[in-house]
Amino acid sequence: MSAPLPEQRTSIPVPGALERFSHSWKSAALTLAVGILLLAGLPYALDDFALVQATVYAVMALLAVSLGFVWGFGGILCFGQSAFFGLGAYTYAIAVTNLGDSTVPLLLSIVLPAAFAAVLGYLIFYGRLSDVYMGVITLTVTLILFNVVNSTAGPEWKIGHAPLGGFNGIPNIAPLNMPGNVDDVIGPRGMFELTVGALLVVYLLLRALLAVKLGRVIVACKENEQRAALLGYDSRAYKLFAFVLAAGIAGLAGCLFANWGAFTSPTIFGLAQSAQIIIWVIVGGLGTLVGPIVGCIAIQWLTTQIGTQQAINSNLVLGAILVVFVLMVPKGIVPSAGQLGVRLLKALRRGGRGSSAGSNEMVAQRPYGAAPAAEPEASHSAPNGSRKEPA
Amino acid sequence: MLEVSGLCAGYGSIPVLYDISLALGSGESLGILGHNGMGKTTLLRTLIGALPSSAGSIRFKGEDITRAAPHTRARRGIAYVPQGREIFPTLSAYDNLRLGLVKTGRKPDDALEALLDDFPRLKPLLERLGGSLSGGEQQLLALARALAGDPVLLLLDEPTEGIQPSIIEEIAETLAALRDRKGLTIVLVEQNLDFIAAVSQRVLVIRRGQIGDEIPREHLGDLEIVSQYTGVHA
Amino acid sequence: MMTTTRTTTQTTPLLETRNLNVRFGGVHATRDVNFTLAEAELRCVIGPNGAGKSTFFKLLTGQVHPTSGQILFRGKDIAGMQPHEPARLGIGIKTQVPSLFNGLSVWENVWLAARRINTPTQTERITREVLERVGMMAYREALVGLLAHGQRQWVELAVVIAADPPLILLDEPAAGMSDAEVARTAELILEINRRHALVVVEHDMSFIRKIAKTVTVLHQGAVIREGTPERIMSDPLVQQIYLGKKPH
Repeated sequence: MSAPLPEQRTSIPVPGALERFSHSWKSAALTLAVGILLLAGLPYALDDFALVQATVYAVMALLAVSLGFVWGFGGILCFGQSAFFGLGAYTYAIAVTNLGDSTVPLLLSIVLPAAFAAVLGYLIFYGRLSDVYMGVITLTVTLILFNVVNSTAGPEWKIGHAPLGGFNGIPNIAPLNMPGNVDDVIGPRGMFELTVGALLVVYLLLRALLAVKLGRVIVACKENEQRAALLGYDSRAYKLFAFVLAAGIAGLAGCLFANWGAFTSPTIFGLAQSAQIIIWVIVGGLGTLVGPIVGCIAIQWLTTQIGTQQAINSNLVLGAILVVFVLMVPKGIVPSAGQLGVRLLKALRRGGRGSSAGSNEMVAQRPYGAAPAAEPEASHSAPNGSRKEPA
Repeated sequence: MLEVSGLCAGYGSIPVLYDISLALGSGESLGILGHNGMGKTTLLRTLIGALPSSAGSIRFKGEDITRAAPHTRARRGIAYVPQGREIFPTLSAYDNLRLGLVKTGRKPDDALEALLDDFPRLKPLLERLGGSLSGGEQQLLALARALAGDPVLLLLDEPTEGIQPSIIEEIAETLAALRDRKGLTIVLVEQNLDFIAAVSQRVLVIRRGQIGDEIPREHLGDLEIVSQYTGVHA
Repeated sequence: MMTTTRTTTQTTPLLETRNLNVRFGGVHATRDVNFTLAEAELRCVIGPNGAGKSTFFKLLTGQVHPTSGQILFRGKDIAGMQPHEPARLGIGIKTQVPSLFNGLSVWENVWLAARRINTPTQTERITREVLERVGMMAYREALVGLLAHGQRQWVELAVVIAADPPLILLDEPAAGMSDAEVARTAELILEINRRHALVVVEHDMSFIRKIAKTVTVLHQGAVIREGTPERIMSDPLVQQIYLGKKPH
């Protein structure tokens, strides 16, 4: 190359330690380790009541992860994850009442919401409807489902042997049994282990997906759909895949929820449920998988605590939390806590070596859900021969 | 008019500008030359306040504006034409220009007539949506919009990018005329040597985030000499 | 005074548009354009702002659908295809405003371009090679959204090269670059031209003279001249509508 290479050595904006960690297998391993610890340990640490509480937290966390994935990594703000959640619950309830053995109902509770999402998603993505329409349509779908199911109270409304129950819901849902043996049903401890186990498996599956071509193209379509297309990737197909996968996960959560309470009702399709999932994800950290889990559990726990006293309405507190987080902790709990941790580590290290040149920490403006602020390359220092040439 | 002293700025914890100092009198026009990544855009963004500075000061018309918000600086009379134009795509070209006028409180019709005399090429495009204009047309619109607010200091980030050669000449003439007629002070970041020579009285080099030497006018036509100022690996 | 650029009549041209028209928003942006490009040919397209150069590229990549006319890529009509299909057939583009995955690293951007048609191992190798070729290897971990404008241009060049399409469209590849960087871009383009056809839209006439054998001039959506750089630059109409008074 004969043309000389122009000088290029300036600070290179690389991602910081936190981001490198969160993208590597190490963070997945850490989460897995913590998860296994909780899975094994909590049944011994908690009494039956608390264990049952923990189980529903895990079920909701699974639902939160489904939205965290499709929104944070797929770039699809689906206001209707609760639709797939509810479909999963109802599918399981109706199928197990009709079939007896729970194995097929469990599978159906994943497949049916996924199929529904496939049709809905096809219309939205292949029709190239904008993001706004995605939000409106998915929200409307939950409202429609709510209203339809709500009005099926009469005894004439049934699928096979299973009455839909309308606003009364479906009570006494048969719990999961060992495949093949209808009498060997799952107990509270088994439910806990199954749910947390499912949560961990889904988490690992999603992490693995995001590490290979399929997942990386999904993220690319979120980043810049036009460029993805110009490279030959059919963004409609990738988005549809992410949407359907998330629906299947939400459906699984619905099945587990129906098992947990042995009950399901139309409120599962309600606006409140849809909104809650979004709040969990925002508070926990959009753009991470662990964030929605943490956000969900934290808020659920808080809501329970507030619910036990009469002084403040829990919805008010929930709303206040959302406002505070959006204004002051926009990245959410997990990324912010991570950054705090990194800063603490740096400060501790610096304390040992003596202070470095002070410079105000500025938060770079990044799009929501994108990477946290970057750090300079290690070898960076003020260039030699500093010239101060006032004009 | 403009006094910058010891200015440092960057993105997050990545420092880009080190100890930038320069001074411009009213009606002066300064050109800044430099390779990519050297801090040219960062400098202009810090001057308009889109990027906070981490150290140093900026004084405009004798007042300290280092901590002032961008809209305050705009109201004081600083206009900025960014790289990437930043035209409002869903507004018509005419409305884009009107937005440039808002801070002056003047009526659009009179003020814009005079402006469009300086930019006749925009006249047939006024009803078109900003987003439907070609890249070069948007560049002209961005420039006109900045001038619509009747600024005293104009910050330009590579205004000739994507513009055809004949229009580059016209813009150079328009800017030089405005400089002479209204005493417009200009800070111009550019790669196009002919343009920078036509519009600026002085040309400084920015290298690795620091202001370097002034390139004597007679050398501006010689690419090899300029490369030595801007920095080239042998 | 239109010179045809067909070499022989037997070989199918890589790209051919026939009476290509597009109208939108009351603007006749592309007017009866007949454009032919041979395999591994390098063509420059110039024209005043608003002449329809970027629109022409958008027609070729499927981002805009023509109102009438044909676009033949190796004999196959690609007019009206979905935006990912021309890319799959072998058309790559560096857009006028860099279009990249801003939240991802430079490496990841190039990796994604190569990965569609290569195995993981090949992709790693190709990504490394391409980044070294454009001189952005030191920046491989950098987040693209935080890079300077000219650096993003380099990254997009790398992205296009990594996908290895037989036809590469470059919309103002020299924009935002210093003269030394422009020289390097010209060299890179000539290197790429050994195995790829290129259509380059540019305004920098000295740059064009370094790389082009044939220049097509667009004006108000139509092709008005086609010829060698010397012939084009001395053409009085081109001087009037585009070049201006200064010598180039």
